[in-house]
Amino acid sequence: MMNELSNNAYLAAYPALADSLPGRDLPWLQQLRNEALQVFGQTGFPGNREEEWRYTNLSALGKTGFAPAAVGAVDADWLNSYRLDNAFCVVLVNGCFASDLSRLEGLEGVTVNGLAEILTQNPAALEGKLGQAVASGEHNLVAFNNAWFGDGVTIEVAAKQVLDKPIQILHVVTEAGALAATRNLITIGDQAEAEIIETYVGSTDSYFTAAVNECLLGRNAGLTLTKVQLEADKAQHFGGTYVKQAQDSRFLHHNFALGGGLARSDIHSDLDKAAECSLNGLFVAGKRQHIDNHTRIKHLKPHGVSREFYKGVLDNRARGVFQGRVIVAENAQRTDSEMNNRNLLLSADAEVDTKPQLEIYNDDVKCSHGVTVGQLEEKSVFYLQSRGVDEATARNILTFAFANEMADKVENAELKGLLLNELLARFPAMSL
Amino acid sequence: MLSIKNLHVSINDKPILKGLTLDINPGEVHAIMGPNGAGKSTLSHVLSGKAGYTVTEGSVTYNGKDLLELAPEIRAREGVFLAFQYPVEIPGVSNIYLLKAALNAMRKHHGLPEVDAMDFLTIVKSKVKLLQMDEKFLYRAVNEGFSGGEKKRNEILQAAVLEPKLCILDETDSGLDIDALRIVAEGVNSLRSAERSFLMITHYQRLLDYIKPDVVHVLADGKIVKSGGPDLALELEEKGYSWLEGRAA
Ligand SMILES: Nc1ncnc2c1ncn2[C@@H]1O[C@H](COP(=O)(O)OP(=O)(O)OP(=O)(O)O)[C@@H](O)[C@H]1O
Ligand SMILES: [Mg+2]
Repeated sequence: MMNELSNNAYLAAYPALADSLPGRDLPWLQQLRNEALQVFGQTGFPGNREEEWRYTNLSALGKTGFAPAAVGAVDADWLNSYRLDNAFCVVLVNGCFASDLSRLEGLEGVTVNGLAEILTQNPAALEGKLGQAVASGEHNLVAFNNAWFGDGVTIEVAAKQVLDKPIQILHVVTEAGALAATRNLITIGDQAEAEIIETYVGSTDSYFTAAVNECLLGRNAGLTLTKVQLEADKAQHFGGTYVKQAQDSRFLHHNFALGGGLARSDIHSDLDKAAECSLNGLFVAGKRQHIDNHTRIKHLKPHGVSREFYKGVLDNRARGVFQGRVIVAENAQRTDSEMNNRNLLLSADAEVDTKPQLEIYNDDVKCSHGVTVGQLEEKSVFYLQSRGVDEATARNILTFAFANEMADKVENAELKGLLLNELLARFPAMSL
Repeated sequence: MLSIKNLHVSINDKPILKGLTLDINPGEVHAIMGPNGAGKSTLSHVLSGKAGYTVTEGSVTYNGKDLLELAPEIRAREGVFLAFQYPVEIPGVSNIYLLKAALNAMRKHHGLPEVDAMDFLTIVKSKVKLLQMDEKFLYRAVNEGFSGGEKKRNEILQAAVLEPKLCILDETDSGLDIDALRIVAEGVNSLRSAERSFLMITHYQRLLDYIKPDVVHVLADGKIVKSGGPDLALELEEKGYSWLEGRAA
């Protein structure tokens, strides 16, 4: 173990990096970073010696030594192809807030700022908030983000504001070998409603995204958050979203994990009384891709409702992981929770590991879960062939139909169209 | 148009068809009747190219081609259509999507451009009307949650849109109520032409009252044991199959 860590390129480079990280002069942030460094320094990137990481070994990440990069030139057409027309847009380039590429004119009732900028100009606004939804003890990727984050964005929706347009956070990486360690803080005031879409793309092949979102939902607030992960083929991706839901709040998450060589998502939410949480997900992996999704819903108070539906499509030698944890605390009576995970294996070498975990500490609950792993039905393939559709297209149509069920759950029409095209590109069939 | 000679077919080494011979000329309507398990659906599956069947002897020639050599989708594009005894449900794929994908596959095979979107809608809607279906069915997933009778009617809708040359109907009448049977039969009759042939598998004379066959065959134990005119069906209705057992046509 010592050996692994002495090889950890990140720890070796940290002392030289530390001075350039924002908020050096803030004692509370220094404390957070020091603690994080201590946690991370003990075991480095998680390996499969830990139960939670049984299926995903990240210890090799330590050897890559990707380093922070500045905002560089971005091809405008390429960037625009990922922008949603009907949305405000925050652009982060190599993890850094790029205000000139962002489109925030006309925003009302919402404050959007670069994280590094706020840490210099108005750090009091973040004290006590940053690190509220997740701490370094969660796991070492969170600790890594705590110690290394260089920038990100803060979005604060004022109480009672109902946004009429979504806000897109477009994460782009343009530098080979870049480490994009971003930290985003999303606050939705009491009775406010917002839709946020985060898109991850790269114009270069080899880089490491390590992003953490903290989301704080006020009483009776609503947030729809969609993650569209389209990282480059060889990219390494970690994206964690950690949510605290106040009483009566509603959190709807769609997780489209379609890219990256090695990708891990955490979607965790803690629910106060009568809060509702819906987690939808689709992971599609081919070649030697490895996509890991970890969800955790904690019902802390009575009358909470959670719905979870994840689908996986694995081809070639790809590997998918779904771990869904639902925790119902002792005093979370009348919790209503459903979890479902369905997986489609398209090749004999593809693999999926699925692990629903229900931890229920009281009797007055309604909880269910179901998991399936299967292949395309040959009788369906034949039925389409018998109507003149060739076999490869028949398989694509059926796979597309399986995956599209999740895209169909997205209400935003423009986003839905974009997802549809991403799926059709993977399973070429006649478009609708 | 279709010539089946001494066809022997096994499933997992178990012989099911045991020397079946049948010739169908363009424009003819043939009915096949016979006891459960005789091999009627097996014949329909072998003709449409379903996997899992081994042809151990015999031949099938379709418009001069060795039908058994062709992939299922090529058979379909060449005009062979099977209305399934048990139509398959395909969640997530709408009826109209399937109809368009199928029609375009046929057209491409014959060197024609993709169907114009407006023309396509016009064609499909006229066929929906012909079969007295609700247009809403077009936008539902293929057969998903359809009643037994609706599934059968949907099969004929597909036939009406795709205009096959050889239309195999495997118990299309089973599960249809009295009115639906009449409507579906009228739909089939409207498809009859001098070039289009039909192979109708049925258990009931009732269907043959509406769609008058040229020839009626009895398939028992993997062979055609008797063939005759429309009157044969009436005779079967009366006497059952036992008197034919062990006979060759
Ligand atoms: N996969 C299989 N394995 C073994 N036997 C099979 C298989 N499929 C069909 N059979 C058998 O083949 C025989 C013929 O079946 P088939 O479905 O062709 O009968 P059928 O004449 O269509 O009957 P029905 O009138 O009931 O529809 C039956 O005895 C059936 O059990
Ligand atoms: Mg049958």
